[in-house]
Amino acid sequence: MAKVDAMMPWKEVPLGGTILEPGNARKFKTGDWRSKVRPVTDKEKCIKCGMCWIFCPDMAYDPREDGYYDWNGTYCKGCGICAKECPKDAIQMVAEGE
Amino acid sequence: MAKRVGMEVSIAISEAVKLANVDVISAYPITPQTHIVEHLSEFVSDGELHSAFVPVESEHSAMSAALGASAVGARTFTATSSQGLALMHEIMYLAASMRLPVVMSVVNRALSSPINIWNDLSDIMAERDSGWVQVFAINGQEAYDLTLQAFKIAEDPRVLLPVAVNLDGFILSHVIEPIELFEQQEVDPFLPPYKPVLRLDPEKPVSMGAFGSPEVFIEVKKQVEEALIGSQKVVAEVWKDFGQRFGRIYKPVESYQTKGADTILITMGSITETAMTAIDSLREKGRKVGLVHIRLWRPFPFKEFLQAIKGAKTLAVLDRALSPGGVGGPVGLEVKAALFGKDERPYVAEFVAGLGGRDLTVDTFIEVLDKAEKYSQKQKDFQYELIGVREK
Amino acid sequence: MNNKMTEVRFHGRGGQGAVTSAELVALSAIDEGKYAQAFPSFGPERRGAPVVAFLRVSDHQIRVRSKVYNPDIVVVLDPTLLDIVDVAAGLKPGGMVIVNTAKTVEQLRQQYGFKGRLAAVDATKIAMEEMKVPITNTTMIGALLKAAPLTTLAAMEKPLDHRFGRIAERNRKAMERAFQETILGE
Repeated sequence: MAKVDAMMPWKEVPLGGTILEPGNARKFKTGDWRSKVRPVTDKEKCIKCGMCWIFCPDMAYDPREDGYYDWNGTYCKGCGICAKECPKDAIQMVAEGE
Repeated sequence: MAKRVGMEVSIAISEAVKLANVDVISAYPITPQTHIVEHLSEFVSDGELHSAFVPVESEHSAMSAALGASAVGARTFTATSSQGLALMHEIMYLAASMRLPVVMSVVNRALSSPINIWNDLSDIMAERDSGWVQVFAINGQEAYDLTLQAFKIAEDPRVLLPVAVNLDGFILSHVIEPIELFEQQEVDPFLPPYKPVLRLDPEKPVSMGAFGSPEVFIEVKKQVEEALIGSQKVVAEVWKDFGQRFGRIYKPVESYQTKGADTILITMGSITETAMTAIDSLREKGRKVGLVHIRLWRPFPFKEFLQAIKGAKTLAVLDRALSPGGVGGPVGLEVKAALFGKDERPYVAEFVAGLGGRDLTVDTFIEVLDKAEKYSQKQKDFQYELIGVREK
Repeated sequence: MNNKMTEVRFHGRGGQGAVTSAELVALSAIDEGKYAQAFPSFGPERRGAPVVAFLRVSDHQIRVRSKVYNPDIVVVLDPTLLDIVDVAAGLKPGGMVIVNTAKTVEQLRQQYGFKGRLAAVDATKIAMEEMKVPITNTTMIGALLKAAPLTTLAAMEKPLDHRFGRIAERNRKAMERAFQETILGE
């Protein structure tokens, strides 16, 4: 994962502080903010409705071809909205190990 | 071939903007800027100018839309005065720091309160630190020429800063006087289409106007400052080019009858011409007086200014705006700062006059020069004097 | 002060075209290669309110931008203003006041006590006859040009055409009649 480097000399800063790399916010691993509690989906209960993906504020779910959703911890902050919104209570917030 | 006609200065400015082939005009009307944008809207409506004319709901929106258009690579123009300029204030700083070459006519009018539609420089002085290149016209021809030149200066890759062309409200904007108008084919070689260095482009996406943490803010501001200071060189090049093509040579600071002058009047804007008449009148009586007027206000041309006033024993600065509770007016402040630390310093008499459109006559300037010399003789210690206040 | 510069002050009521008078003469003079400056006394005005317009014409570049305080000529488009405005204020010694009036110069001097030179023309009558409206601005240009050749009647044609189009001709006629009929008093 590339490091977002703002410490360049003034002559090298892009014109007007413009960010030249589109969508580079993606490189900012906000998942590091997560206080070690993560959602876990029980596939038996999951009905592939996509509510976890829709409600997640942080792009922490990736849709799969088979209709389930993969959790991606890069941006997940452990807010628990997905667990709250799941109509089948298929998601539990679980403590992550050290 | 340039054609000399009688024309209202506002209309002449809209003609200049038309010659510049702007892509986007976003503006909101305010006295005394209205004739400029009304006329531009007529040009667009009649198909004489192929621009998008965006009639926005406020000046804040006018500058915001201008900024957005410029970010996409459009040659952009707007105009305003007084309260309108004040309403644009936050976006003024954005335009400069985002390095967007917007050109704006500022038809100088007093900032309320009291509500006042007449001329002084308080509106633009409130934008002094915005990072814009700022020039001042002393007559209609200059207002026209400076507007055309503004696009070339702003869009130069070494500058990429917005430019404000200032002209006195009513006194210049609403007067009919002789103007030499250019033809399109003369202007096009001087002012080719805008070629942005960086723009919002779906093919090559970037983010403009983004967050700038303490780690990067200073560096961006340093770039803006260096660009502004460096713009003086570009302004000189553009003025030289313009002079070679069209015969009128502009300088950042102009001297009038300063040879052997003991006392020099410092002015900005159209009062300069009336003041020149006062200088002539006093010179005829043998008084050793002269005048220096500042055309380029930001970046301030320190070197040229100090050169112009060399040898004078007394300076009389005529400010058209007041910094209450301070040293008087912004021009006086700049002059005093320019002289600070110099071994040879003339006595500086600072006067603030003509606020809210109070008429400044030839006699006013004679009074100011008389006072400056009297105070200089006595080495009177004072910050500034407000001219024309009725005491009784 | 530039000796070759003529300063004129026009007095009218909002809507009577005092500003237009000043502008048209300026445009004409500029067309002839002279220098001229025309502007109103700026401010919010409404129809009927007394207004003032200024004109300067010179062979040399005009470098004064203040109002005209010492006119060489004063043009009064509406005689009812004489009762409410001191139209001759600041008039230069030897200057002239030109009034749109049915009265004679002698009657004017008697009634208002004017000290300077006077001229009179019944511009309202001429305007009504030539244009069917009592708008005297172009008519009074004729009177002004009789008192001072700031520009020529011929040179006035182009600005008149440009400003008035279809009705330029009757304005020109009114202007020429006033030029003929204005009595320049002492």
